[in-house]
Amino acid sequence: MLAYYLRLGLHSLRRNPILTALMVMAVGFGVASSMTTYAVFRAVSGNPLPDKSTQLFAPQIDVWGPDSRARGRDIPDALTYKDATALMHEHKAARQTAIYPVGFTLVPRDAAREPFAVSGYAAYADFFPMFEVPFLYGSGWNAAQDEARATVVVISSKLNQQLFGGANSVGQTVHLDDHDYQVIGVAADWNPRPRFYDVNNSSGFTDPPDFFLPFTRAIDTQTETAGNDNCFGSGGRKPGFDGWLQSECAWVSYWVELPDAAAVRAYRSYLLGYADEQRQAGRFHWPSYVTLRNLTEWMDYERVVPPETRISLVLSLGFLLVCLVNTVGLMLAKFMRRAGEIGVRRALGASRREIWLQYLAEAAIVGVSGGLAGVMLTGLGVLGVGLVFEPDIARLAHINLGLVGLTLLCSLVATLGAAFYPTWRASRVQPAWQLKSH
Amino acid sequence: MQIRPILATLKHHKAGTLLIALQIALTLAIVCNALFIIHQRLAHLSQPTGLDESHLLVIQNQWANKPTKGDISSLLADDLATLRKVPGVANAYATDGYPLSSGGITYGIGHSPDKLNFVSNTAIYFADENALPTLGLKLVAGRNFRSDEIGEIGGRDKIAPQVLIITSELARRLFPGESAVGKMAYVSDKPSIIIGVVERMQTPYVDSAMAQWSDCSTLMPFHQLVTPTNYVVRAQPGQLDDVAKRVRAALYAANRLRVISPEDGVKTFAQVRAQAYKSDRGMAILMASISVILLAITAAGIVGLTSFWVGQRRKQIGVRRALGATRHDILSYFLTENLLIGVGGVLLGGVLALGLNLWLMKQFEMARLAPGYVLAGVVTLLLLGQCAVLAPALRASNVPPVEATRSV
Repeated sequence: MLAYYLRLGLHSLRRNPILTALMVMAVGFGVASSMTTYAVFRAVSGNPLPDKSTQLFAPQIDVWGPDSRARGRDIPDALTYKDATALMHEHKAARQTAIYPVGFTLVPRDAAREPFAVSGYAAYADFFPMFEVPFLYGSGWNAAQDEARATVVVISSKLNQQLFGGANSVGQTVHLDDHDYQVIGVAADWNPRPRFYDVNNSSGFTDPPDFFLPFTRAIDTQTETAGNDNCFGSGGRKPGFDGWLQSECAWVSYWVELPDAAAVRAYRSYLLGYADEQRQAGRFHWPSYVTLRNLTEWMDYERVVPPETRISLVLSLGFLLVCLVNTVGLMLAKFMRRAGEIGVRRALGASRREIWLQYLAEAAIVGVSGGLAGVMLTGLGVLGVGLVFEPDIARLAHINLGLVGLTLLCSLVATLGAAFYPTWRASRVQPAWQLKSH
Repeated sequence: MQIRPILATLKHHKAGTLLIALQIALTLAIVCNALFIIHQRLAHLSQPTGLDESHLLVIQNQWANKPTKGDISSLLADDLATLRKVPGVANAYATDGYPLSSGGITYGIGHSPDKLNFVSNTAIYFADENALPTLGLKLVAGRNFRSDEIGEIGGRDKIAPQVLIITSELARRLFPGESAVGKMAYVSDKPSIIIGVVERMQTPYVDSAMAQWSDCSTLMPFHQLVTPTNYVVRAQPGQLDDVAKRVRAALYAANRLRVISPEDGVKTFAQVRAQAYKSDRGMAILMASISVILLAITAAGIVGLTSFWVGQRRKQIGVRRALGATRHDILSYFLTENLLIGVGGVLLGGVLALGLNLWLMKQFEMARLAPGYVLAGVVTLLLLGQCAVLAPALRASNVPPVEATRSV
């Protein structure tokens, strides 16, 4: 029976090609704009480390006091060097690492090749197990090497390809700026998006890092941060690199791994205790204030999803709603125009349910066609997101089987939802009324 | 024109009437907010930098092997000399940042050495005597830096300049109603003397959080001896593209131990601008296309439903015509009917538009929707409705009176 209804539906749709095309295109455009903006939203709002996001925390300490917040700022979203190294030294979490972004020039050994710039992070040994960095060759360094300020480096598979043609380069040396570093590991493709451990410095969607080296070593060679350096009210600091390290400038990202709720509570009170100690030592002249946010809370706090992405998603959904209202109107018109036909079928014994099913089948055809149009338009939309969103974000949006399925499903459900009222009205047609006047 | 019979008829088409009105309302709500966003973004991205942009290009240079402060001093001088020799180059200088570069140094500037007690935030640009002529900045008071005033500082050195050049907006904030030239201001714990005021120079940031002081910039007489550094180059009229092609090779020919990215190491200022405002332009494009498609769909929906109504009422139209109604009466009947639905729709839509705006304001720190946008949206939608209904209404007016006598 359903096959017959589908055939009837097709026949009826073919009778008013313009009206049909209008409905299909409305559904298609509505679904496509929602799906395109959703693809972008999904790409930027994803959880970069789902299995560990509830165990990773970023602490903040109020080192500038309430004065700094009078002008609409919040407490710094990074630690000072003093605090980061103190927390590292006391080692109260299961795992912890201080991190900061650095950039170097790399002079290839082959003199014919031009030097090029590489960017990466200075971190502690815990970085690799904490963030589950996969390795192609070798491994990360260990705590003893942190202590020894070892000249070791973990390079990305891309840099390994560029320098060593993809071979196992563990034990080889790389010349970064003015020093040689020994390759201790080659990371497999690893670039969580958003790059949660660096969203206080970048958009979180930039190119993957080329290398990682020990934090202690980077400080030893007086490597400047390539990220933000916020020095509220610390104009009176001593000049030079050491003056900067001892200042209240906040520029070190800090992450801890806390496996359970008890550990989180303990670490929170430890942080507060640390701030109290600093206050008693005369460094802070205000009530101690610290925060400890987990990974997902940190993403929200740092507003990783750009407002543009959210606004476009909201307005696209509004757009879909208008398209659906439009479809309801057109279907109503189309179905009620055939009231006479419905009357005849009802008089010949068709039940209301059957009429309802028949028109629902017709609506389903519109929904599926709209979905197909939607998939094509979504494809065009995803190709065109580069025009609308930041390139770093635009290239994350891609079409996959899931999105195609979702587009079709969304369009079918939306159209059937829209068809609910018109089909119900069609099934309520009084046969006697229709037969009488003609 | 009698409105009462139209209202009575509409009562018989409640669903259709409500759907058209609802569609008009939603369209209005979305379109006026979209128009508002477009206008805001366009206003944002057309903000002037104060520079003579069409003749400028910027180069980001990084020296290899981490040269010392002393090394950089001579490397910098050599590079600037090399750049000046490139055919088509009019002038050049080295700096940490430039308008729209999106990164740079920000200080508080005020009347006391107390860093917490400043008058305004200000972007800091390191400059020399060539900065003003290179950028094409307009000096409105005082003078430019002299070459003997230009100092050298390292990355973590104390920044305490003797003299400053500030923008007129910053001058107005520091010394409202007075001339700033010759006055003192504090950017460090030592006072600096303001020697010149330029008409305008935007900060490096386009972020809305920093819009409050987007014209507050300060030029400091320093060569900053760090790597990477930026060169701003002014080309002679009509030579910008040629210069952009030549500079990278010229610098590498002079000294190849450096990195200037082959992709984006050399950018014309037009490229800098496009990059800085990419998301603004993108939003405007997206909002414009959503609005256009939405209006088209709404118009098509009105055509569809009205055609259906006309088809349904052929017999009644015939009766009216037979009873003496003119074609014009029939035409204006449908136009008025659409106008009534439209008015209902835009009334609801106006409320929805303001509601949507309130929500966007709360969620995304957007500004309040100006009533002009709602008004423009209302007029657009009512006109659109009238245009859309015209074709079916004309068809209705062509129904002959004889239709009244036909059955089926």
